[in-house]
Parts: sequence; structure tokens; C-alpha cells
Amino acid sequence: MKNLMNWIEYRLPVMEKMKIHMTQYPAPKNFNFWYFFGSLAIVVLVNQILTGIWLTMNYEPSAEGAFRSIEYIMRDVEYGWLLRYMHSTGASAFFVVVYLHMLRGMMYGSYQKPRELLWIFGMLIYLVLMAEAFMGYMLPWGQMSFWGAQVIISIFGVIPFIGDDLTLWIRGDYVISGATLNRFFALHVIALPLVLVILVFLHIMALHEVGSNNPDGIETKRDNDGTVPADAVSKFEFHDNFTKGGKKVIIDSIPFHPYYTVKDLVGLAGFLFLFAYVIFFMPEGGGYFLEAPNFELANPMKTPEHIAPVWYFTPFYAILRAVPNPLFGAVAMFAAILALALLPWIDRGKVRSVRYRCGLHKLNLVNFCISFVALGILGVLPATPLYTLLSQLFSFTYFGFFILLWFYSKNENTKPLPERLT
Amino acid sequence: MLKHIISAAALLVSSVALAAGPNIPLEKAPVDIRDTESLQRGFMLYQNYCLACHQMQYQRYARSFRDLNIPEELGMENLMFTGTRVGDHITNTMDPADAAEWFGDAIPDLTNVARVRGPNWIYTYLKSFYKDESRPFGVDNDVFPMVGMPHVLQELQGVPYKAYETRLVDGQETQVYVGIRTDGSGEMSEAEYDRAVADLVNYLVYTGEPYRLESERLGIKVLIFLAIFFVLAYLLKKEYWKDVD
Repeated sequence: MKNLMNWIEYRLPVMEKMKIHMTQYPAPKNFNFWYFFGSLAIVVLVNQILTGIWLTMNYEPSAEGAFRSIEYIMRDVEYGWLLRYMHSTGASAFFVVVYLHMLRGMMYGSYQKPRELLWIFGMLIYLVLMAEAFMGYMLPWGQMSFWGAQVIISIFGVIPFIGDDLTLWIRGDYVISGATLNRFFALHVIALPLVLVILVFLHIMALHEVGSNNPDGIETKRDNDGTVPADAVSKFEFHDNFTKGGKKVIIDSIPFHPYYTVKDLVGLAGFLFLFAYVIFFMPEGGGYFLEAPNFELANPMKTPEHIAPVWYFTPFYAILRAVPNPLFGAVAMFAAILALALLPWIDRGKVRSVRYRCGLHKLNLVNFCISFVALGILGVLPATPLYTLLSQLFSFTYFGFFILLWFYSKNENTKPLPERLT
Repeated sequence: MLKHIISAAALLVSSVALAAGPNIPLEKAPVDIRDTESLQRGFMLYQNYCLACHQMQYQRYARSFRDLNIPEELGMENLMFTGTRVGDHITNTMDPADAAEWFGDAIPDLTNVARVRGPNWIYTYLKSFYKDESRPFGVDNDVFPMVGMPHVLQELQGVPYKAYETRLVDGQETQVYVGIRTDGSGEMSEAEYDRAVADLVNYLVYTGEPYRLESERLGIKVLIFLAIFFVLAYLLKKEYWKDVD
């Protein structure tokens, strides 16, 4: 047995990789509640892939059969309703988890040097996830599948010169039709999940290269020049990759496995409790996870009274509608996402964690959260003059977060950083 | 050409959209999908009064019989007016082209109607028909103004009309709308009619999610398991983290 292990290890160093990424990977010991959402995102991704595979076994990707096949899955396939609700609730859960994960990064400055690339990979995951969710929402071929897609695809039509041709190219038809459904199905079940999994892999590799940030935002890998007090040095054994053969000492850290695997298990149990509650008792999520008009077959001749995108798109949808000119609206919407991706360069501060940054930054972060949530709510509501005005106001404060940050972060009045993790 | 079609469609759509939307607040439907007798009565009403026009093409007879505790033979004899096998879907034979000609629009399938409209909408809708000779079927509806559907439950409810009373408002004698009354020609009293409508709505809520009760039964077990799992996971974490200062 030992010989076999050695034989494999020589050809593929599995145990070595386990040490680097799990048992001898140093993680700061003060991770709090906010650090659950990374591992939870992986759990939800796995849930989506597994339930998705089983749904595909009975789903029929055609304009004539899609809606009927969903009802077939819900009514005639053994536990089909469970698979479908796990998948539909999973989509919303994915965004809940990812939004909280991103907010964590913003609070503790996890995007700052040297984690810029890690953040960029994260933003790419977010973009692909939005495309994946959008295309998945079309597959049941209900009223909202159809009309929501109509609205979102038409956004591309505002691009000068190529807009019309571009929407034609996306739809594969002059109107949204079975051709659109079929290509969205292909992209949803193969192309985008593949990209997503690769990006997640790169995201984790990039993380393990630079190491995890922590709620204090201070460096836990110090130069071994004798200045680090002996009692700060972690008593656990970490891989040479991280200690650089003794050139670095690692303080206040613990091996990811078993300490964070067992801790994440607690977070997982809490998350699954809420997740299961929604799946079994309120799968429609109050009409936000599964919208009521989507229980009706798509009808190109009948527009629903009120078209609202699914909740996770609504902040950006509100920004789109806030701008009177459709082209500039679309630009503003994409700029809202781009601004997030550029955070590592917009934030010129040297201190990472909100704990040790200036009072203005704390307020600004609160401003960002309020703006984002308010835009999310406004994106669900019909565009009355009052709501449009409010959308404009909160779009302004949303972008204001980034502009303010760029100015005050350069010479910020920060608090002194602690020597060790608190 | 295409543009003309689209604009014509848009015009049509906007006029339909304007017509839709209830004019009155919705009443709360007394829904209880655990009440099997109510579901059975609702099923019977559906088969007798709705199915001729409205299909329920995603629900199978066998499913309704099983979930509603109706013996298959009894059900096939008394409740199966269409289809030949118990596993057939609850469909009818109306030609959609005929339907469009007779009623001005395609007739919606009702399997999921309670999920689309909500039970309160259906409940109030079925209680809000009133006599209006200007309409093709002699009735209109406050929940669905300009409705293209006849009042099929009229033989149960009687002929409903909008009742007005003369009252003093600000010192002026005014006609005040006091609600819908019937001429008493129906087979049911007002309370009986309300119950029949409630039964029907109950059945429609059931067909929207026939697995709802199964889901909740399983859900309880899953939640209990997860609660125990949470405690064990927490204890495990505490044990491991004793090493960490």
C-alpha cells in the first residue's frame, strides 16, 4: 500500500498538493462570520451542477416542449420538484452568497495589493454567473423567461451601428424564439459552467498564491529577521511554499484543514437550514425567486403587466432605467460593474481593513450598501416618476462611493495597525 | 411589414393591459389543501363547470384521484369526461381556433392558474360577475373588466347584479353601490356559493403544486436533521479549536 502511494506520489504529487492547499496551508486564525461565504459559494456551485445534470435528463430544449417538460419534471419525475426547486433556489442562493462574499472583500480590503488578480478573477466569475443565471432563467419558457430576455437582449440593441445586428446574432432569429432557447440551453449547460469552473479554480489558485487576507487586514507572513516575538510565531507546521524555506515566519495562523474545514461545516449547516427552508416551504421566494408570470407559457403576443428582472439583476436594472438616454443607461449599467472590478486601483489606500480606516470610509461603505440595496428594490418596482428620481439619486450615490474613495484614500487619516491579529 | 405587425401587436397588448387589473380589493380565499373533502368538491366542480373550456393539461387524472383519496374506478366512472386511461392528462377537445372565434382569445390552461394569479384573485373573480347586457355574454366582472368568459357558475349562484341603495351623502340623496346580489334563481345560497368557490380555488391551489404536502412533510425531516447536524458540527468545531489560542 505504501509502495503504491509512493508510486503515485512520484508521478502525481497528490499528498504534496493536499499539504499545500489544505493541511499545511496557513489561514489567519481570526476569520469571522463573513468568511463562510467563500466555501458556501463552492457548495452552491456543486449543487447547481449536480441538480442541473439531473434536470437535463428530462428537460426538452425547444419552444414547443420546454414548458411542458418542466411541468413533467415537477409532477411526474420522482423528486423532480425537489431537483428543480434546489436548482431554482440555488440560483438565488448563489447570488446571496456571492454578494456577501464581495462585501466581505470590500470591508476588509481583500482586493488591495497583492490580491488584485484574485479580485479580478472574482469579478469575472460574477460576470459569467450573471450570464449563466440569465440564460438559465429563459429555459422554463414562461412569460417572464420570454419577456425578461426580450428586455435584456434589447439592451445590446442600443449600441450604435452594430446594435441591431448584435441582437440578431444573440437571438439567432428576428424575435426571441426556439432558436434562442436552444443556444441559451447549450451555453447554460456546457459553455458557461465550464468557464465558471475554470475561473473558480483560478480564483482559488490565485488566493493560495498570495494567501488569505483577514479582518484586520495585516500581513501574517513576516520576514524572519528576528523582529517577530517568539510567542507570535504559529506553533503549527506550514508548507515550505509559505515559509520560503525559513525566510518567512507565519504568525497567528492555523492550517486550513482541519480547523477551517470543521468551522465551515458549522456555517454550512446554518446555510443549509435556511436553504432547505426556502426549498421545502417557500420555493417561490415570495415571488422573487420564481416570478408568478413564469408559471404561464411564454406568449409573444401578450406582454405581462409589469416586467421585472429577477432580484439579483435589479440594482443594475435600476441604474439602466435611471438614465433617460438608453445608450448612456446601458453604459452606466456596465460602468457600475466595471467600477467594482477596478476597486483595487480606485482605492489608493494602504490600510486594508475598515476597522483601521477613516470614519469617512466607514460612512462611505454604508453609503454603498444602502445605495446597492435601494437600487435593488427600485429595480423591482415600476418606473414611476418618483421611483425614477430615487433611482437617479441612488445611482449617483452608488458611483459617488467610488469617486469619494479615490479622493480620500490617497492621504487617508488611518488608525495605527495592530502588531498581531486581534 | 414586421414593424407594422409589431406596432399593431403593441397596440393590442396595451389595450388588453389597460383592461386587466382588478378594480376592487381582493378577498382572502380560505385555502386549506389538507382539507381533502374540499379538494374533492373542487375537483368535481372543475370537471363539471370548467373543463369544457379550460384544460388542465399538466395534471393527470390518476394524480388527482390518488392525492384526493378517490378510488380509481369511482373516479373514472364519475369524474372522467375526457381521456380514456387513468394516466391521461385532464384535457378537453376544444379546438383553439374555435375558442378564439367564440371568446376572442385563447383559453388559458388552468393547471398553474393559482400560481400565476394567486388564490385570492381567483376567489374574488368568481364572486365578482354581475349582469351587464352590453357585454357579449351578458355579464362583466370587476376583477377582470371586459372579461370574455360567460358566468358558468350562474346556475349555482343565480343571476348576480350590482345592487345600489339610496343613501344620504352630504345632505344629498345618492345611489351608493352596496355589492353584488343575486335574484335567488341559483341552486345555492350565498354561503353555499362562497364555499363552492372556495373549494374550487382550493383545488386549483392543489393542482398548481400537487407535491406541496409531500414537500412539507419531507422538509420538516430535513430541517430536524440539519438542526442536529448544526449542533454536532458546532461541537466538533469546538473540540478541534481547543488547540487554537
